[in-house]
Amino acid sequence: MTADKPRQIPFVDYLELGDSPHLVAHECKACGARFFDRRNACASCSGTEFVRKPVPTEGELRTFTIVAFAAPGIPVPFVSGVIDCGGTSVRANVVNVPADPEHVKLGMKLRLTTFPIGKDGEGVEAINFGFEPVA
Amino acid sequence: MASDDVWILGINMTKFGKHKDKDYLDLASEAALAALADGGVGVKDMGVLAAGCLMMSAAPVAQSIQKQIGQTGIPAYNVSNACATGATALRVAYLTVKSGEADMGLAVGVEKLAGAGLLAGGARKADGDAWERSGRYGAVAPVDGRIGTETMPGVFAQIGMEYGHKYGGANFELFAEISRKNHFHSTLNPLAAYTKEMTLEEIMGDIMIAYPNTRPMCSANCDGAAAAVVVSESKLRTLSKEQQRRAVKISASILTSDPYQEACQVLPDVNTLTRMAAKQAYEKAGIGPSDLDLVELHDCFATAELVHYDNLMLCEEGGAVDFFKSGATWRTGRLPVNVSGGLESKGHPIAATGIANIWEICHHLRGEAGPRQIEGAKVGLAHVIGLGSACGVHVLEKSGLA
Repeated sequence: MTADKPRQIPFVDYLELGDSPHLVAHECKACGARFFDRRNACASCSGTEFVRKPVPTEGELRTFTIVAFAAPGIPVPFVSGVIDCGGTSVRANVVNVPADPEHVKLGMKLRLTTFPIGKDGEGVEAINFGFEPVA
Repeated sequence: MASDDVWILGINMTKFGKHKDKDYLDLASEAALAALADGGVGVKDMGVLAAGCLMMSAAPVAQSIQKQIGQTGIPAYNVSNACATGATALRVAYLTVKSGEADMGLAVGVEKLAGAGLLAGGARKADGDAWERSGRYGAVAPVDGRIGTETMPGVFAQIGMEYGHKYGGANFELFAEISRKNHFHSTLNPLAAYTKEMTLEEIMGDIMIAYPNTRPMCSANCDGAAAAVVVSESKLRTLSKEQQRRAVKISASILTSDPYQEACQVLPDVNTLTRMAAKQAYEKAGIGPSDLDLVELHDCFATAELVHYDNLMLCEEGGAVDFFKSGATWRTGRLPVNVSGGLESKGHPIAATGIANIWEICHHLRGEAGPRQIEGAKVGLAHVIGLGSACGVHVLEKSGLA
């Protein structure tokens, strides 16, 4: 670690940084259901064993909204959506696109991107993910 | 020979809107006492009380109501089930009567919400000094707004847009047109919070909350209460002819929760549990969607009303857009939906909603709905969804007694 390269941590523990950032799901060993949050047992089959599986970083926008009213500190408008990444649904903001219905289209192809959201008092930078149009 | 059916004997809703000088107990008591009077019975006749007020869900709501209307020592249940709280309270009273433990019961739903802003997603801790992981996503700060939205207008906007993506034809204008219908209906409902007819231009040009839902396309936060008295059929048959004539049969009372579906962890699936509840309700009641004379469904947002046409099987699967465009759901149409004005104009005092929608249906089945009466209404369906999720569906039939 050097002074000009701040220490980075992922915004959530299902985001893996590094050379090719991607999301990682907890996959139920018994039925294959995928979860991003910690689970005690599988909501689909009650299995209790999970393995970590990488989620494809490209997908298709299945639904979206353009949020104009949000909690304090959240810049608006922003685009919230659900992206179908090879059969795994991912919730994320759609970024690097104007937040209007002329530019955001159902079915559009998107890919994962990462960006810093700020540093804490110790200079550690948190990195979040979003999905941007595939150019 | 009486069946083991359960009936609604008395029912009431307060005016929805701003009640500055009334607290939640004033509103709950007003509805409860009026429902008892409507049924021609008293609190001493009740064998069970179930009550809910979502914003007061840590309080003994039912017992607090008893202290205003009569403490009789009966079992009192405090119910909390998101926007399905009222329907759940009614179902607790229904099940108690159905089981034979009581022959009459009272259910109350009440909320003080006027002036409340965005629900869910709005509350958050300030970002801390040092990143610290918390919650089941191990997030270092609140995820709402940073990984999609958790606000209700945004969640339900996505639910409507998802339907549009799947089947096509649903756009901003169509959703706004649904809202125009409900605002038009509200002009005939003196108990609605808002009773102003709005043009399509006014609706689409209003403040955008979460595309495609503008402000008039969102349910209105307001104050209000609703209460119902249920009775066993054998008890009902001992009451007066007038009570028997005005009683409304609960042909089905169904409650479902959301079964696992892929993606339900990232966007709540309000479809599967509603379809399940509707199927069970039609089967239980022995009637089909084509037998319905009117429907009150949970239009918490204009985008939600569209998907529930399909979920309640009022149209063919995938056919909600064409169904709406046919004019069927206007009060002059083949199957009027939300003739009360719906949550978008009548208002949505959360825990009251699941009883107020049943009040609306009863009003028509009794032929007491005045200028907004759906002529000859014999069968109606009331539906609510509470995110989390819970779905309540009640099928109601006009009395054939007396």
